[in-house]
Amino acid sequence: MFEIRIHSRGGQGGVTAARLLAMAALHDGKYATACPFYGAERRGAPVVSFVRIDDHPIKVYSQIRDPDLVVVLDASVMETVDVLHGLRKGGRVLINSAHRPVFAGYTTSNVDLTGIALKEKLVVAGNPILNTPVLGALAKMGIISVDSAKTAIREMFADERNVKAAETAYQEMNV
Amino acid sequence: MKEISTGNKAVAKAVKQALPDVVAAYPITPQTEIVETIADYVTSGQMKSRYIPVESEHSAMAACIGASITGVRTFTATSAHGLLYMHEMTNWAAGARLPIVMVNVNRSLGPGWNIWAEHTDAMQERDTGWLQVYVSTVQEAYDTTLMAFRIAEHNDVLLPVMVNLDGFSLSHIMQPLDTVEPGDFIPPIHLPHAIDMKNPCGYGGLTMPDQHAMFRWEIERSMRDAGKVIAATEKDFAKRFGRSYGPTENYRCDDADVILIAMGTFGKEAEVAIDILRKEGIKAGSMRLRWFRPFPKLDLAGKEVVVIDRDYSFGYGGIVAHEIMAKNHCEVYSVIAGLGGQEVTYDDMAEFVRTRRMGGEFWFGVTSHV
Repeated sequence: MFEIRIHSRGGQGGVTAARLLAMAALHDGKYATACPFYGAERRGAPVVSFVRIDDHPIKVYSQIRDPDLVVVLDASVMETVDVLHGLRKGGRVLINSAHRPVFAGYTTSNVDLTGIALKEKLVVAGNPILNTPVLGALAKMGIISVDSAKTAIREMFADERNVKAAETAYQEMNV
Repeated sequence: MKEISTGNKAVAKAVKQALPDVVAAYPITPQTEIVETIADYVTSGQMKSRYIPVESEHSAMAACIGASITGVRTFTATSAHGLLYMHEMTNWAAGARLPIVMVNVNRSLGPGWNIWAEHTDAMQERDTGWLQVYVSTVQEAYDTTLMAFRIAEHNDVLLPVMVNLDGFSLSHIMQPLDTVEPGDFIPPIHLPHAIDMKNPCGYGGLTMPDQHAMFRWEIERSMRDAGKVIAATEKDFAKRFGRSYGPTENYRCDDADVILIAMGTFGKEAEVAIDILRKEGIKAGSMRLRWFRPFPKLDLAGKEVVVIDRDYSFGYGGIVAHEIMAKNHCEVYSVIAGLGGQEVTYDDMAEFVRTRRMGGEFWFGVTSHV
């Protein structure tokens, strides 16, 4: 079972990212569950969502304790949240940033999702959309296939710019 | 068609396909997505039902009763305090033999204010005459909601059915969902005692002391018959759509020395705990209790039993544990865990089994063994 924890802020689309990732995994012929952690979060507060992907039906409902991959959609949450908490030894980090931070013992990948969203004019209510471009980055990392990523995005969003942004993220991603 | 859906959305999809004539509901967290989605289906013309927005849950159930007594298919959904606000009317629905289907998203009761999963809300409806089923996956929530209409409306039952989903951990989780074309799986509703709408009238229902027990017994008789109707419905569902359900879901129970019993999502995650225990050489099995009313006959002879209760009866004990003890004349190890959405992992569940003390009670995260 592959376990992913997504860090973002309330309103940034972390839950939708989790959902899109689960949809893409389903198109890859796998089983997936996605669940947000619902607490007393508010718009702008740090939030987490979880995705599990497996070849077999998933029976686990409790929170992910030791993820294989941590996705950080908003690097500023790292000021208050230990995003590496519980990350498995040799685990991977995907961070939305033009720069790649060094996390000893982990493989870190980076891509400027915010820049891509702004370039594609994927902005809703002043906020750049991160949850569709991040699928391109996850495809580059081999978590899901590119085709399934695109299919999942198209199932949820009619605007082709979302697919374009995912493609750009795939190309620009530094694995 | 396979898709990714929340538990709430899966329920709404099943309700849409069951074609209820009337939906009357009031939103409450974590159930709101169900009635929002249904309201959207109705306003966008995807669903032909009459949607009655009401000012409270008491009114929601009253509206369902009023609709149902005319012989039409009726649905509502609620949670926690909403369910308890209906309590007078839930008794009426069962007593009037109205096959209303309700989805209850299990949530704890305040104070302290807490919106997360617990079964105490539904347990407080235990003796109303409603059938109760607890589901464990998004798929099961969908499948069971479809089946609930057929079971409730079967003329050997004619009792309301409550489908229970764990708040957030099932209502809001996203899992694969395979929807079906129900076709004639749910036959048209026929309520033998429906009001004649061409000549509508009712009688003041004063029941004299020598007759009331007969009405009560009729509810119980139908509860007993419901077991057969449930089994037949689940069998036909499996034949048509390929997914099997029963009163319990048993996992590695046959040769087990110790059985772990839980309901809802805990009952599913318990299977992971069983695999861990088996690797350690502990012959454990898991029995997920699906139907709670009517209460199924459980085969526990010669086995030690550990029960996880996500509920409690103060001054008495874990409700499921005590029902099992009374019905099966056995001792159990009673674990109280998951109240108010308390995190309980498969490792915790395995530990409950390892450290079991038959006849004891343990409040996870609160006490040592007592």
